[in-house]
Amino acid sequence: MNAQNQIDQAHPVQTYSPREFHRQAHDALGNPQIRGNFRKAMDGLMTKRRDSFEGWDVETLRELGANIRMRALAKLPDLLEQLEANCQANGIRVHWAEDGEEACRIIREICQSHDAKLVIKGKSMVSEEMHLNAHLEEAGIEALESDLGEYLVQLNEQTPSHIIMPAIHLNTDEISEIMHDKTGTERTRDVDYMTAAARQQLRERFMAADVGVSGVNFAVAETGTLCLVENEGNGRMTTTVPPVHIAVTGIEKVVEHLRDVPPLYALLTRSATGQQVTTYFNMISSPRKEGEHDGPKEVHLVLVDSGRSRIYQDDELLDTLRCIRCGACMNHCPVYTRVGGHTYGTTYPGPIGSILSPHMMGLEETKDLPTASSLCGACGEVCPVKIPIPDLLVRLRREAVGEGRGNVAGAGVKRTRTEAAAWKGFQWMATHPGVWRSGTAVVGKLRALTPGKLGAWTDYRTAPKPAGKTLHAMIKQHQVDKSRLDKSDKEPR
Amino acid sequence: MSARDAILKRLRERADGSLSAPESDFAVVTERGWSPDERLARFERCITSVHGEVVHTSREEWSDALVRVLADKGVRRLALGREHPVAVEARQALADADVALVDVDRDIEAWQREQFESVDAGLTSIGGAIAETGSLWLWPTPDEPRLLSLVPPIHVAVLDADTLEDTFFDVVERHGWANGMPTNALLISGPSKTADIEQTLAYGVHGPRELVVLVRHIDADTEDSE
Repeated sequence: MNAQNQIDQAHPVQTYSPREFHRQAHDALGNPQIRGNFRKAMDGLMTKRRDSFEGWDVETLRELGANIRMRALAKLPDLLEQLEANCQANGIRVHWAEDGEEACRIIREICQSHDAKLVIKGKSMVSEEMHLNAHLEEAGIEALESDLGEYLVQLNEQTPSHIIMPAIHLNTDEISEIMHDKTGTERTRDVDYMTAAARQQLRERFMAADVGVSGVNFAVAETGTLCLVENEGNGRMTTTVPPVHIAVTGIEKVVEHLRDVPPLYALLTRSATGQQVTTYFNMISSPRKEGEHDGPKEVHLVLVDSGRSRIYQDDELLDTLRCIRCGACMNHCPVYTRVGGHTYGTTYPGPIGSILSPHMMGLEETKDLPTASSLCGACGEVCPVKIPIPDLLVRLRREAVGEGRGNVAGAGVKRTRTEAAAWKGFQWMATHPGVWRSGTAVVGKLRALTPGKLGAWTDYRTAPKPAGKTLHAMIKQHQVDKSRLDKSDKEPR
Repeated sequence: MSARDAILKRLRERADGSLSAPESDFAVVTERGWSPDERLARFERCITSVHGEVVHTSREEWSDALVRVLADKGVRRLALGREHPVAVEARQALADADVALVDVDRDIEAWQREQFESVDAGLTSIGGAIAETGSLWLWPTPDEPRLLSLVPPIHVAVLDADTLEDTFFDVVERHGWANGMPTNALLISGPSKTADIEQTLAYGVHGPRELVVLVRHIDADTEDSE
């Protein structure tokens, strides 16, 4: 009872929005439970990642990873057509969706054509991005997550707080409480017991499921193969047990050759969880063939654009699409570690989310996300495909206050006339030395009048005061003093 | 215009112009120069570090080792193929043992619940293994279907020591995987696991709780006589 109360306080079931980033960050920072859970997890993940690359020429491997992804993007339209042709030749049906809504509709219609009542899901961030579960529920189709972390988060009526470890915000006691509450298991700290209970519960549902929905880690154009990376086996279950398998993925996940896959896989597992390799690497190239005894009889691939082709237009933004969704950037981000994943209010949290979400939702919704960074550079340093995340954060900050032209939806949303005029004035002053000198001299004289409160800036800081003497004046003084000294040096001793 | 055509059109008419594709150098993921012994040692170290078990045996005596493993683990019902030499030999060796043999060459629809609930272990042959990461690779067949290595709580895999290769890249290249992929190809590195409950490792969350690899060596005697 007491424990329950504590948990209710710690994790009120609430919805998060990127519009409320500041308020949510403030709340999260005041929550020692959240901060403790994330700190512990992120510290562990950073150490494991470092250890797992021991003995590797990491730079060369990252260079290769970036290079493979750049090649795939350079040939993207051709590779998508090749992927489609090869999948179709293998018997996989391929669908295209402009946005999440269209993708949801396609998936729902496939489900309805099979009179599906229960859809079981392997982990798929794209399906989170398009709110597939809610869409299916509205149509009277139950969508059940089978990845243990996703299952727990779904039981708790939450969304994932990390793209690889969805339940990282919950600790053992909280999970025990959730399972007890929703599934009737004993309260315990025994992780094996809870895991076994979830296995039991989910196996029944695997057998009953009409359709399995999964994501895709790499889609190989050359062979029409869908690759899935996982440890639990729920991905294999989802793609093998139900009679229909629907894989859903962003259009950028395609790679050219099968040989492009091993380096990306090596980078992905080490960057994500510090593993040399995951338990399963599942490569699917066709539905069940004549004479085979298991596997789905129908396999569908849904390719979703959802803002990606817009990112694709711009040489600088393009790098965003190299991402292989490892989560290393969030594991190493000092901001993410302190505020947690839900604070961002988006499907993809952390640095990658801050450079991806604005394109999917527009800067109007996400204007604060590019500022959720100290620009320390850790994200860019660990990114396995060398995405210059800090540069892209700065680019989006610039887009938010810019004139609103260019490739980013909602550009210019943070622009105000006063700020624009102030910077214009500053620019004029700074390029007119006479005005600059007399202006700064006046400011120095009037320093006593500087206000002590400067909005949010001074919530946690003391307001800066202009110096009494400008740098120019001090340099001038210094030069005068110096020439006097020089003169005295030259006098004979 | 269809979504497909609209998306492809936008990608082709890229605002910042067409992109040039860089070449890739794969040297960093190929050929480690390990000797067969080093390869085997590395494979064993990696797969046991993630909770896999390795039993060394020979091509002649491996089925005795299988009988012992099954007895140790209390396996009463073993699912296995019928045609692969591994399955043929196992069936012979187990003819008198106290283990019921479950046929898998039938459509899953006919026996799904039986497979999920009353099979203790699944036996499969293995295509080969990867030393660098301690991974087994397999291409399931009608004789040894996909779920055989996934649904039963114990997976017993039979691996020939001389099929070890250095890296995943080497396997893909040397076996010409790009020339034709099967319905499903798999890498398996240990039993099913999760760390979703506060980073605590737990095994057997969805797939097998245990993975036993019987590594078959070519007998010294046999080698001499060849």
